[in-house]
Order: sequence, then structure tokens, then C-alpha cells
Amino acid sequence: MTEVAAPITEIRRPDLSGKRVARRYAAERRFRAYGLTAIFIAVAMLGLLLVSIVSKGYSAFVQTYVELEINFDAAKIDPDGTRDPAKLAAFNYQGLVNDALYAQFPDVTERRERRSLRGLIGNSAGIELRDMVLADPGLIGTTREVAFKSSDDFDTFVKGHISRDLAEADRRVKDQEIAWIDALEADGQVDVRFNTTFFTTGDSREPEQAGIWGAAVGSFLTLTITLLLSFPIGVLAAVYLEEFAPKNRLTDLIEVNINNLAAVPSIVFGLLGLAVFLNFLGMPRSAPLVGGMVLALMTLPTIIIAARAALKAVPPSIREAALGVGASRLQTVTHHVLPLAMPGILTGTIIGMAQALGETAPLLMIGMVAFIVDIPGGFTDPATVLPVQIYLWADAPERAFVAKTSAAIMVLLTFLIFMNAVAVLLRKRFERRW
Amino acid sequence: MSAVEVQEAQIAHDLHKVVARDVNVYYGEAHALKHVDLDIGSNEVTSLIGPSGCGKSTFLRCLNRMNDVIEGCRVTGQITLDGEDIYDKSLDVVQLRARVGMVFQKPNPFPKSVYDNIAYGPRIHGIGAGKSEMDEIVESSLSRAGLWEEVKDRLEKPGTGLSGGQQQRLCIARAIAVNPEVILMDEPCSALDPIATAKIEELIDELRQNFTIVIVTHSMQQAARVSQKTAFFHLGTLVEWGDTQELFTNPRDERTQGYITGRFG
Repeated sequence: MTEVAAPITEIRRPDLSGKRVARRYAAERRFRAYGLTAIFIAVAMLGLLLVSIVSKGYSAFVQTYVELEINFDAAKIDPDGTRDPAKLAAFNYQGLVNDALYAQFPDVTERRERRSLRGLIGNSAGIELRDMVLADPGLIGTTREVAFKSSDDFDTFVKGHISRDLAEADRRVKDQEIAWIDALEADGQVDVRFNTTFFTTGDSREPEQAGIWGAAVGSFLTLTITLLLSFPIGVLAAVYLEEFAPKNRLTDLIEVNINNLAAVPSIVFGLLGLAVFLNFLGMPRSAPLVGGMVLALMTLPTIIIAARAALKAVPPSIREAALGVGASRLQTVTHHVLPLAMPGILTGTIIGMAQALGETAPLLMIGMVAFIVDIPGGFTDPATVLPVQIYLWADAPERAFVAKTSAAIMVLLTFLIFMNAVAVLLRKRFERRW
Repeated sequence: MSAVEVQEAQIAHDLHKVVARDVNVYYGEAHALKHVDLDIGSNEVTSLIGPSGCGKSTFLRCLNRMNDVIEGCRVTGQITLDGEDIYDKSLDVVQLRARVGMVFQKPNPFPKSVYDNIAYGPRIHGIGAGKSEMDEIVESSLSRAGLWEEVKDRLEKPGTGLSGGQQQRLCIARAIAVNPEVILMDEPCSALDPIATAKIEELIDELRQNFTIVIVTHSMQQAARVSQKTAFFHLGTLVEWGDTQELFTNPRDERTQGYITGRFG
């Protein structure tokens, strides 16, 4: 009997002890705690950012107005009684405002004091009065209450950004001015209203006259060019690379290059724009046309990468089905693949556009950092864009621009949130299952 | 070619819809299909059987040049459809695919309405100009695929919302809507339950009246049920082919014998 004894193998059962289970649960709980902490930190940071921006910026949406009794003295404005618009326009209306102030505070007679008294009212007051009179010459000879924008210091003080408790030497608003402001407030002549100027005008050196509209229009024009250039070029490039191009060294090289371009610092695109568009091609400086072209270069890789990913995500069975019934390759792409990939392509495009909307650096290089008061009327007019406007205001010395900067950031963020919401909606709306 | 060979080839072309001679397929370096000679008769169902990876699907995809889209795929030899070389440079592959339709393994309706799924093929080939003509094509295609009664009230609903078996019949209806001469089916029932499978098999038998059908299948019972001719592939070669009855009852090659009796595969 030479039976070979089979090696006795111990049967190993899984370890089902409570200790192991407890350890597994503990690991899971720990992992969840880490995740929650990460999310909490992210949300807290975002909250902090928003709170700081809103708390600094909300006051820019209102503006302090001072109501003054203006005497449209016919003898001064129109001594000849001809009501000739040219002559009416030539009159110094600021004088009327000053007269009203002197009448309000008759005991201020000294020149220096009078100058600081005049400084309570923003220096656009005369122009406002002129426009009123030109629009309605019947005002001449009457006396009525007119509300003027206060100067930025007055405004900042009323909004509480300048403390009374500071030593006078450290304050922009002196004791005497505070006394005047208090007197005006006591009379009910000070009024805080919604700041329409902020949303309707271009930039200005005077904070009370500075607005975001010029930059918003500039951004709109610039992004229009960006979209018109980058969307068709990007989608065509992606479709060709994904659906038609042979897979060889050359296309691999192109792909690597596109991916690298997406990571190139944006200022490099600005330098390229400066060298090629401005210096070599002689295009206009500070123009939305050139800004849009530079941003299109920057956005292209984003769109191409997103579009290729979206095209790749279309199942091959759809392509086979179309080819199987005898569709050509182009028909397969245009009838089936591209429509199915469109939500993804649009999402990528909008994210690319949102990125372009927030971009400053490349625009600095092509002169879009200039101080521009006029609202741009076309693609070659000098313009600036929202993020550059924020940069300019953040740099401005007047205290009132601090609030304006934050307010402009809020406007920019609103646009960004809106664009991202559109991206999400598009995706939800057109998402199809197969 | 000797005179006899030429004569034989001529006879083959006259008798058969599709004639394949010395077909080789390479995927890059891999030699996937080796020297295949196969004749496919008109108004017959020819089934291609064999273990996975034996090249039967590859051969099927040669017949409407679906292999063209695969990167690195190369086909040599000659395949003729009604005596016309389908790999000839002057032949337009889009027109070939209009004559040789295809049904795939997994039902793949377009994510569009049932109506548009059927109408797409005729539309791109310029069949059915008016709305009423197109309605007619849609109805007759769906009827021939045995789906009309089930979907006539939901023509505007997405085709992807149908059940698996209905989707596959929709794909068959889509293929026959352009009235091809040959229909290729690549394991059309592998994703379906037995009842849906039975319906499709019944349908294949009916379609034989008007179309030449080539079907790849893993089920030998299915091959025996639906086809008149069967070809057995193994490791990239065509081992033997002939009348289905004959091949299953009296296989000449021992590899065929082994496969159909379940000894390997």
C-alpha cells in the first residue's frame, strides 16, 4: 500500500470577526469625514469670498444725492432773452449750484472754506443743469429743488466708510464738512438713491460718475468676436481630428500640441497678439476685434478638447448604424454624431467663453488696459473689458473706488454664474440616452 | 487562371449573389481571415458559425466594407456582388452599403423617433419624395419587420424607448427600408430573450423571399432553423460549407464535427 498521502491543506475561511468589521466601518466613516471636511472648507472659502465682496461692494449700487434750491435766474442764464441754445449751452451752470450752496450756508465767506463747500457736490452738477435747461428752456426764471450727486467723499462718509472718530488729520472729510453734511441731513436734503449711473456710463476719474456699462459693452463685443472665431474653428478642428484624420504620428503631434496650448499662460497669447495682430498686421490698439482674436486663440484648445471628448462619447454603434444604412462619413457626422455631441460641445464652449470673460492678462498686452470713458460703439473702437475695469479701479486711489471694484466684481460674477447656468441647462435639455 | 477555372468562376458568378475568392483580412500584423472562398446564393439564408474570434464577423463585415472604418484593416482577394468587384476603386462604398444592408449584434436604433429611424435611409438615398410616399415606406418596412402593429401608435416616440426585441426588429425594418439586395446580420439575437429570438427567426425566414441574407450566429440550433447554407469558420479559415442539413448531419471535417457536437468552441 503505497498511497501517497495528499498534503493536508487547511481550509481557510474568511475572517468574519467583529473587529475587522468595526475597522472597515471606521475607515469608511473616516473617509466620509475627510470628504465632508474638504467640502466644508471649500464652501467656507467661497462664502468668505462672496461675503467680503458683497459687504465691500453693495454700497456702490446706491449713491448719495443732495437736494438744493436752484434759482434759474433769467438775468444770468439768458440776459438777452433770446433763448438761443448755443448761448444757453455756453453758460456756466456750476455757478448756479455754487450760489445755491452759498445761500444755504450764508456764514461761509472765506475763499478756502467756500472751495471746500463747493466740493460737497460732484462736478457733474453743472452739466446736469445745462442738460435740464436745454431740454426744457421753460425752467429759466423759476426756482426749484434739484437733486445732485454728492462728491465721492461726501458719499463715502454718508455710507459710513469714513469714521467720525478718526483724528481730523487722518480723515478725507474734515470737521467743518461734517458739520455741513449734518446740517444738510438735518434739513432732509440728503437722499440715498439707486445708482443708475453705475450701470449706464463708462469709466471716469470721478467715482460718482464712473460706471460699468462701457466695460460691459466692451466685454460683449470682445466675446462676440471670440465666439464667432473659436466656436466654428474649434468644432471643425475637433470633428476633423476625431472623425476623419488618420491616426498617425502627425495627428498625434497635433493632439499633444493642442493639449499643451491649453496650458500655456494666457499672457503669452497676449504677447503673440501684440507681435502679430498689432505690430505685424497693424490692427488697432485697445479694440474688441483684436481682444476677441487673442481670446479666441486662448479659448480654441479648450473648445477643441471639450468637443473631441464629446465626440468620443458618442457610442460607435450610432456611427455603424448610420454607415450601415449607407450614409457617407460626412452624413454620419452631421446627421448623427455632431447633434449627439452638441450638448457637450456647447458646455465646453461656454466654459471656455466664461474663462475668456474673466481674462485680463492677454488684453493688457494689446492695450485694452487704457482708461476709456466712451461707450464703445463698434468692434474697432477703443474699449476695455470687465476684468480690466476691475483691475483699473482696484488701482485707483479714491476711497469710493473700493466699493466700485467690488461692485464690478459682483457684476462679472453674475455674468459668469449666468453663463455657467446656461451651460448646465443646455446639457440637461439636450442630453440624450442611447 | 486555366480555362476550366475561368469557366468555373463564371458559373459561380451566374449562380450566386455574392462570390468570395481568396479573401484575406489583416488587422495590422494579425492575419484574421485566411484564403476564404465562399459563394452566397440569392434568396437564401447563409449562416456563418464558429467559435469566438474565428473570423466570421470579420468576413461578414467585408461584404459591405464596414471594415474600411477600422484603423489598420486590410482586405485582399476578391468579393463580387452580382459579378461586380466590391473592392474595385471605381465602386462607391456608400452605394454598396445601400445594396448590402446590415443589422448589428446590439440593437442600435438612432436616438430619434421610430418614424425617423426608418425614414433616414430612404431620405439620404433619395427614395420617397413626398410625405405620403415616406409614410408608405415607413409602414411597409415596419410591417415587413412585423413591428407595425406594435408601434403604429407611437411613431413619434423615440426608437430607443422600445424593448430590446422591438429595437432589433426596428433595426431590421430600417435596413429593409432602403430595399437592399443583401442583408447582413451580425448575431442579431444574442442580446434578446427566447421569445424575441423566435420572432426574429420567423422574420428572417419570411425576408428570404425578397432578400439574400447572411447571418452570423453562435447558436447552432438557430443556424439549423433559419439557414439553407452554413459555413463553419475556425481560426480564420473557412473549414467547410454547404447545405445546412448536410453540414450538421454529415460533416466532412473533424473540426466541424467537434464543434457541432460541442466538443470545443
